[in-house]
Amino acid sequence: MLKRISFGDKVMLIVVYALLSLLAFTALYPFWNAVAVSFNVGVDTAKGGVTFWPREFTLENYKIILQDERLLNGFLVSIGRTVIGTATSIFMTALLAFGMTRSYLIGRSYYMVFFIFTLYFGGGLIPTYLLIRSLGMMDSFLVFIIPSLISVWNMIIFRTFFKGLPVGLEESANIDGCSNWGIFFRIILPLSGPVIATLSLLTAVGHWNDWFLPSIYITSDTLLPIQTILRQTLNANIVSGSSTVLDSASVALLDQARQITSKSLTMAMMIVVTLPIILVYPFVQKYFVKGVLVGSLKE
Amino acid sequence: MPQATAEQQSPISRQPKVHSKSFLRRLMKQWDVQLMVLPGVILVFIFAYMPMYGVITGFMDYNLFTGSRIWDNPWVGFKHFEAFFAAPEFERILRNTIVISLLKFVIGFPAPIILALLLNEVRHMLFKRVIQTITYLPYFLSWVIVAGFATALLSTENGSINILLERIGAIDEPINFLSLKEYFWSILISANVWKDIGFNSIVFLAAIASIDPALYEAADIDGASKAKQIYLITLPSIMPVVIIFMILAIGNLLNAGFEDILLLASNPVLRPVSDVIDTYVYRVGLGSHRYSYAVAIGLFKAIISVGLLTIANYMARRSGNSLW
Repeated sequence: MLKRISFGDKVMLIVVYALLSLLAFTALYPFWNAVAVSFNVGVDTAKGGVTFWPREFTLENYKIILQDERLLNGFLVSIGRTVIGTATSIFMTALLAFGMTRSYLIGRSYYMVFFIFTLYFGGGLIPTYLLIRSLGMMDSFLVFIIPSLISVWNMIIFRTFFKGLPVGLEESANIDGCSNWGIFFRIILPLSGPVIATLSLLTAVGHWNDWFLPSIYITSDTLLPIQTILRQTLNANIVSGSSTVLDSASVALLDQARQITSKSLTMAMMIVVTLPIILVYPFVQKYFVKGVLVGSLKE
Repeated sequence: MPQATAEQQSPISRQPKVHSKSFLRRLMKQWDVQLMVLPGVILVFIFAYMPMYGVITGFMDYNLFTGSRIWDNPWVGFKHFEAFFAAPEFERILRNTIVISLLKFVIGFPAPIILALLLNEVRHMLFKRVIQTITYLPYFLSWVIVAGFATALLSTENGSINILLERIGAIDEPINFLSLKEYFWSILISANVWKDIGFNSIVFLAAIASIDPALYEAADIDGASKAKQIYLITLPSIMPVVIIFMILAIGNLLNAGFEDILLLASNPVLRPVSDVIDTYVYRVGLGSHRYSYAVAIGLFKAIISVGLLTIANYMARRSGNSLW
């Protein structure tokens, strides 16, 4: 059926499309501009006026960034912590959530109160810091993994999802003499693809993006993830105006080249750090939309 | 499972005399499930409850050399709380905390609802999907990146905002936005909206999608304009979801933000407008090593937050939707 559109509705539609286009432009422009600046010769950028396109094209910024050992190492640390941290946390949290769905679990309601209380109240930054210190986890890779093994939020979401799975399958497995571990591994986990994907995605993004914990717990350079290194670089730019936190080889290169400024290097660095997320993002979009809705059911 | 359920309901377990024995037997029988829960309980105990125990150092003069022997530190009662309330920064920190979180609420809360309403009017599916994909993306960036973008755009050296303002003739000289107090709150709120607007709109879009289309058809027949339909059908229909999210925001009143402020206000000049409880705790605790003082302030905040959350949850329950 063709509907006649009134003049007022037409005007509104135009406004709607215009506003949304403007919003999308605003969301994209910072990336676009950063890409343009990162491909532009540094000293030329300093003259101003580089917005959408590079004026004097160069790959020099990326060459320096990608040769920097410290950054490369930071990448490895980030990848390592994201992969290991996500896999272990999702497994431990799912296991806990499965245990918590067993109606005959002795102490179940006490456990639940025990977990949920932590969503309301926490010791805060300093007591946690002192605890990590006294556990001897300072400056160790374990600090990325162990404290975040259990996420109470994710446990609640997993539990809600597991409860919604058909009971019949489990009962027949029970009759066949399948143990609880068997049910978990052979029935529950294979059926939980969507929720595992969603929570893994959000957990992984959290690990990849975290710069703060390493900034307080990690002291050796070789254990710093990429985001923390980037933060140090940006901070150095703001505070001193010019110095970068690159290794000495890069600084030597920097002096040699003269064409490069810390700003253009930082931009290239930001693009390199963001790239993995932008590359993975289109493939996982459908999962997080689902995930938000699963999560908000409980809210 | 059926076995254990039968055990639970058996008359024996209700008799107190044999209760402890059968309790142990039941426990032994379900050792495998208990084993699944145990690691989680231990981990949460260590990483959530031990720090809670650590807050008693807020009533002591803690120093690092006593290490794990917390009880060797001298008790000082409410000394650190009093010091905080008397500190010259106290007033501005409290003001900044409340103002920033209120601003985030007043501007950051309606923004995704408006976006959801706009998206819902789009009939062109490809356009809609493209807009959604683009606007969700910033949510997945770290605050380091977002602050980096903000710094670049607002910079005096090839900053796009300055270029734009100069080109339209609004300013003659580039402004160093991130070092001027009067701009900080606007920058902070804008960065937050930029990052979260798309992602936060998902839940409202879902609420809109669940509205019965017959309502709109009836309104169409009655000749109601699109704007009127939004006002009379869409908004009232999503009100329950909106109200729940509003109530939850009350519980977050003292969470003005942390990473965003820390990163966007790296220039110390901004402290009078950027210092909030969390950033102050971080600075005095980990920067100046005044551990007990920082713990006391953190505890002060946590207690008020628990109060606010409890009120929020009570209100949510009253409105028919509880948190858990």
